[in-house]
Amino acid sequence: MTVTPEAPAIEAPTSDVDPFSHEVLEDPMPMHEELREAGPVVYLRRYDIYAVARYQEVHAALTDWQEFPSADGVGLSNFRYEKPWRPPSLLLEADPPRHDAPRRVLSKILGPRALRKLREDWFADAEVLVDEVLSNGPEFDAVESLSSVFPLRVFPDAVGLLPDGRENLLPYGDHAFNAFGPANDLVAKGEPRVAELAGWVGSRCAREALTDDGFGAAIWAASDRGEITPQQAPLVVRSLLTAGVDTTVHGISAVLYGLATHPEEWQRLRANPALARVAFDEAVRWESPVQTFFRTANRDVQLGGTTVPDGKKVLMFLAAANRDPRRWEDPDRFDLTRDPSGHVGFGMGIHQCVGQHVARLEAEAVLHALARRVESFEVAGATRRHHNNTLRAFDSLPLRMHLA
Amino acid sequence: MTAAAPPRTTTVTLAVTGKELVAEGVATLTLARPDGGRLPDWTPGSHIDLVLPNGLTRQYSLCGDRWDAHSYRVGVLLETGGRGGSSHVHEQLQPGHLVGVGGPRNNFPMVPAERYVFVAGGIGITPLLPMVQQADLLGADWQLLYLGRSRRSMAFLDELAPYGDRVVVHAKDELGPLDLAGFLGTPAEGTRVYCCGPTRLLTALETACADLPPYTLRTERFVAEEQGAPARTAPFEVELARTGATVTVTPDVSVLEAVGSAGVEVLSSCRQGICGTCETGVLAGRPDHRDSLLDDAERAAGDCMYICVSRALTDRLVLDL
Repeated sequence: MTVTPEAPAIEAPTSDVDPFSHEVLEDPMPMHEELREAGPVVYLRRYDIYAVARYQEVHAALTDWQEFPSADGVGLSNFRYEKPWRPPSLLLEADPPRHDAPRRVLSKILGPRALRKLREDWFADAEVLVDEVLSNGPEFDAVESLSSVFPLRVFPDAVGLLPDGRENLLPYGDHAFNAFGPANDLVAKGEPRVAELAGWVGSRCAREALTDDGFGAAIWAASDRGEITPQQAPLVVRSLLTAGVDTTVHGISAVLYGLATHPEEWQRLRANPALARVAFDEAVRWESPVQTFFRTANRDVQLGGTTVPDGKKVLMFLAAANRDPRRWEDPDRFDLTRDPSGHVGFGMGIHQCVGQHVARLEAEAVLHALARRVESFEVAGATRRHHNNTLRAFDSLPLRMHLA
Repeated sequence: MTAAAPPRTTTVTLAVTGKELVAEGVATLTLARPDGGRLPDWTPGSHIDLVLPNGLTRQYSLCGDRWDAHSYRVGVLLETGGRGGSSHVHEQLQPGHLVGVGGPRNNFPMVPAERYVFVAGGIGITPLLPMVQQADLLGADWQLLYLGRSRRSMAFLDELAPYGDRVVVHAKDELGPLDLAGFLGTPAEGTRVYCCGPTRLLTALETACADLPPYTLRTERFVAEEQGAPARTAPFEVELARTGATVTVTPDVSVLEAVGSAGVEVLSSCRQGICGTCETGVLAGRPDHRDSLLDDAERAAGDCMYICVSRALTDRLVLDL
């Protein structure tokens, strides 16, 4: 008997969708449903990758760092074969054992206990900002006035950045998240400024460029204690600056959008402001500011009844998993009576968002401040989406407030 | 809900899937979920709490392969004159038995370094074994000094054999006492020294390292004595300070679930005591910490707890809810 070598058959259903087309980025839900219904694992012909859109498989791939490691990149680019555009992240693009120490250090610095001392200040800052915004009239663009403003007021200070150049943070983050996708027009749009922005971010990570009382200084202090190396410290600071701004901006937009379009949920929150944290996590589930991440099979791996071949990328649709009716009842509904625990909007497993408590605290501060003053609010005009290969975002979210 | 929520208890119940006498007085246990599912991740230096069927709780370092997500391995020294934990493991526990497991937690984490010197005394080899494997994997320059009474009593010698002369085995009955300071010499800059073993060894090493740069030496004392009262198996009361309500937490539900059924929303995420989302202030009573987040000082302070996994040592807890 002779064996004819041939390309191994693709076991999974195949699809020709382009998850990174503008049409999909504008409204990804129909494609999410199509992929969820096609099967547990779907082969995407256009990019020669495997995709998972159901909760069970997304959760399984996220938590299985042994078989689906991150060090080959968590974007489409496969670091086995391609050079990354920047030195890989020690958090996001690293596996155990290299991932352990940076993660440990950062999770302590950004842990809920460490954030307690920021709480009072941030709540006061949010009160001031909401006062300012409302004093200019009942209608405003929530992106321009609140969600892109508040994180940039409190977070860079908490990191210990000096004032100059902070306007670079959002463009840098936007490009970094675009770069997880294919080399499309969105990536091309950012490329002219990559060197400049990456250079600026890099320069802000040095010990001398940081105040002595922020998260950045705490990271350098950990390197003084030998918990990470002095070579690792600036890259850990960089992770804060890359991942800590855009995501929070879009998360706050998402919760405002959810509450503006579900007035009864706003009434529930006003009656019980302690629901602010639940509201934010429900928004992270419902909108999934981080829509997708990739992993790479490090051998022929079984997933959802399909063999993902060694070295192939798996695209995990966090957003689709967060609305998988197999996991969530009435998943399209933004619902504060729901327990959103277990959503994968922050990821899951060893790479689960290390800054999630920071994001929650920021959102909580904004929602508390609004709840004190605003009886009800609604979307006041046409919303505009901001397209990004990884993020779900608004460019414009006009709101009209009715004061209490 | 379309998906049935899995049952949640303080500790996961694991099955003993293997038991082996690996040296004189040292048994290894292999533990796995009865359904074969994935176990929580761990890092070298981590330990788990073993809640034994006789009610005693003991901490043991994980000494297996962290790439194996489906089983844990611990090494247990039979402590003659102990209070019954290790003897229960050695004499009673058999494959097929179920045990409660809390954690893992790591108070002895490995930091990145160019060079490592590992010093193990007796059963102190257990947390160092995964560290040795990891240092080797990372291509670090490392050496292990493994001290014991006799080779017969020293576990894992076969697993260490492939490392050749990176491992120095010093059995007292063959070689007599060791000049620890002489062995250490002056380690190259950036060396981290990790030691686990009896107090006498740790004290000697602290003396030998006294003049080295700060943070060079990292130690873990293995704690033969139990750290607290045994985890209670009886129900306890949780008072919610803001509403005045009291709920009873029975052994088969978590505090999170119990307060949830009383209508108090507490956000959680990982439900394994890893992420910290469900942090809750403790106003009175002593929590039985089962999380992987708090360090020893924070645990002792007892002013907060992660209610997805942690429980109560006292009959009553008052929570800031």
